[in-house]
Amino acid sequence: MNRVLITGNLAAAWGARLADIDYCPAFPITPQTEIIETLAAWIDKGEMPGRLVTLESEHAMVTAAGAAAATGVRVFSATSSQGLLYALEMLYTVAGWRAPFVLVNVSRGLSAPITLEPDHNDILAARDSGFLQIHCATCQEVLDSVLMAYRLGEDPAVRLPVLVNLDGFYLSFTREPVAIPDPAVVREFLPPFDPGTIRFRASAPESQAVAVLSGGPYSYFRYEMHLAARNGLAAYDRIAAELEARFGRAWPAVEAYRCEDAELLFVMMGSFATKAKAAVDSLRAAGWRIGLLRPRLLRPFPEAAFRRWMAGKRGAAVIDQNISLGSGGVLYTEVTAAIHGQPAMPLLTSFIGGLGGRDIPPEEFFEMARIARDAAERGQAPPPRLLYTADELRETRKLQVLAKVERARLSGGEQP
Amino acid sequence: MYRIRFHGRGGQGMKTAGRILGTAFFREGYEVQDAPRYGAERRGAPIFAFVRADKNPILERGIIRRPDLAVVADDTLAPVPAAGVLAGVDAHTLMLINTHEAAETWRQRLALPGRVLVLPASAEVEDRAALPQVGAACAGAAARLVGVIGRDALERAIRQELGHLGEAVLADNLAVALHAFDLMADEAGSLTERPPQIADAWQPPDWIEIPFEGADISAPAIHGALTSELMQTGLWRTLRPVIDRDRCNRCWWVCSTFCPDSAIRVDGEGNPHIDYDHCKGCLVCLAQCPPHAIRAVPEHSEQGGGA
Repeated sequence: MNRVLITGNLAAAWGARLADIDYCPAFPITPQTEIIETLAAWIDKGEMPGRLVTLESEHAMVTAAGAAAATGVRVFSATSSQGLLYALEMLYTVAGWRAPFVLVNVSRGLSAPITLEPDHNDILAARDSGFLQIHCATCQEVLDSVLMAYRLGEDPAVRLPVLVNLDGFYLSFTREPVAIPDPAVVREFLPPFDPGTIRFRASAPESQAVAVLSGGPYSYFRYEMHLAARNGLAAYDRIAAELEARFGRAWPAVEAYRCEDAELLFVMMGSFATKAKAAVDSLRAAGWRIGLLRPRLLRPFPEAAFRRWMAGKRGAAVIDQNISLGSGGVLYTEVTAAIHGQPAMPLLTSFIGGLGGRDIPPEEFFEMARIARDAAERGQAPPPRLLYTADELRETRKLQVLAKVERARLSGGEQP
Repeated sequence: MYRIRFHGRGGQGMKTAGRILGTAFFREGYEVQDAPRYGAERRGAPIFAFVRADKNPILERGIIRRPDLAVVADDTLAPVPAAGVLAGVDAHTLMLINTHEAAETWRQRLALPGRVLVLPASAEVEDRAALPQVGAACAGAAARLVGVIGRDALERAIRQELGHLGEAVLADNLAVALHAFDLMADEAGSLTERPPQIADAWQPPDWIEIPFEGADISAPAIHGALTSELMQTGLWRTLRPVIDRDRCNRCWWVCSTFCPDSAIRVDGEGNPHIDYDHCKGCLVCLAQCPPHAIRAVPEHSEQGGGA
């Protein structure tokens, strides 16, 4: 196995290359572009087979991906942020076609105001689309997850497209050591796509995207997608076990870092979760019994793993790098629902941080651990907390001065 | 863990410097994380790159808040707040500055609490955004300061990172990097790792509750015209266009019309005036001026020295 220093974007491209994809519809967007540039160069130089076509938008790109998948070939595509949202209509639609393919999303915060830096509101906007979701924390995980995603989506009990998420900048443009598995070993893990009944052949018409005009059939088709997604839980565990046996790397549906004897937990997803691991090490060095739970699989949601790992813990700080405007952290809501009504569950405290790539320094993790511990002792959770300092508000005030907010205030008649 | 930041301008090869050092560490058996951080993604604008290296898997991510080594490829950036050269620099931090001036001068000028070393600047060039091989020089010097990277690993790292640019470019960069590596011989190992952080005491974050404010204030709208005037993009400039009044034929429109940043104003007599607070030094005006009345002058010499 060849261990090299590559970015998360390169790791995603390697995943597609090793998966022997047939087709890649593409549209560029920062910070994803390096993925399709890399694949285009490899295909152009004859280093990998397959066809890459640039489309006129992400909406068309996902349509092309779903249509190609519905003919029974192996399809890969990648996007980010505004691009994912532009394709959102077609995400729901092609998922309903029940033709599997893999779409990589490089997370980036959403407009307005527009940004290039990462958070998870883009990928979470696709949460209910029927795409399964795998969230990565390292570049190695990106490569391995693309391979796992094909196995998962192509499983006959699932047959749904899969989104693999990596964070912009923190993974996309960051080089880390990545073991690139031997193509022959990958082929054993991920054989050529057996499309089964998925086909589109001359003289054998098929129609996708049919209309049903009453709730009965509609509910049936949608609920079947739900059941297929739920089948993904067992399929995922089986695939992860096989990957571990072949490659020696464990990517469970929920990663548990130093959780066995822990009283307290951080709960977090994405690349910032490795920062939480560093904080766990620092806190443990000071005598804290604390660990990290990190869901890799967000859809289907692995409730059972959460219940198993959380039983008997005293408190948990759930840190969301997203915000459901008008509610709060999405992961907090999901975890709360998963453990509600179960015995011996920890008290959850909710934090929102890392929006638009905002850093979370070690001291903030330590403070969140303290707050989660104190809340568990009192038996009452404090209100959700946005990680935001006085300095940051001062910086924002400077921008507002530039934007002449005070002029708006004056014209609003607050002052004479 | 080693934590190293490279500061320079877009075009000076800071991303490459980070990659060379990262690859050299990796070749010496270290776990590595390296990444560039661009602000404006433009030639001449301040950028930095960072490298982490450790014998154990690296869990930290993102910007390095407290570097063990900060390398400054272009000393004109050192005093520029937007470049962030001094962010998190403390008594532990070793500073390496590419400059013609003395280390002590910089230590006093910037009130640096730690050691300062000088990487003797190579021959001065007109365009600071294209300092030749400065990225390779910085990487070579940093590799020696770390003390755990051999000359051979550095050389192989440069071949790996720059091999695709052809033999001539590779040879130039190798010569410069290895020279810088040798120059730092007396300081090999000057750079030391900080001890792992133990969470027995910490400064609580200064968290606040953001107050509700009406949409007239809290919507991300710009309510005034020309607010970009307050953003002084002139510091990106590495070459300054200077108008020769004797040759200017007062056509009144060519340079001012072609300037993409509207940074040239023409007065009542038809004389153009360049707004150096906002001119980014793209030199479109120089290319367009019919009587060739605009020349380019190196910004650092115009500023009266520096390096």
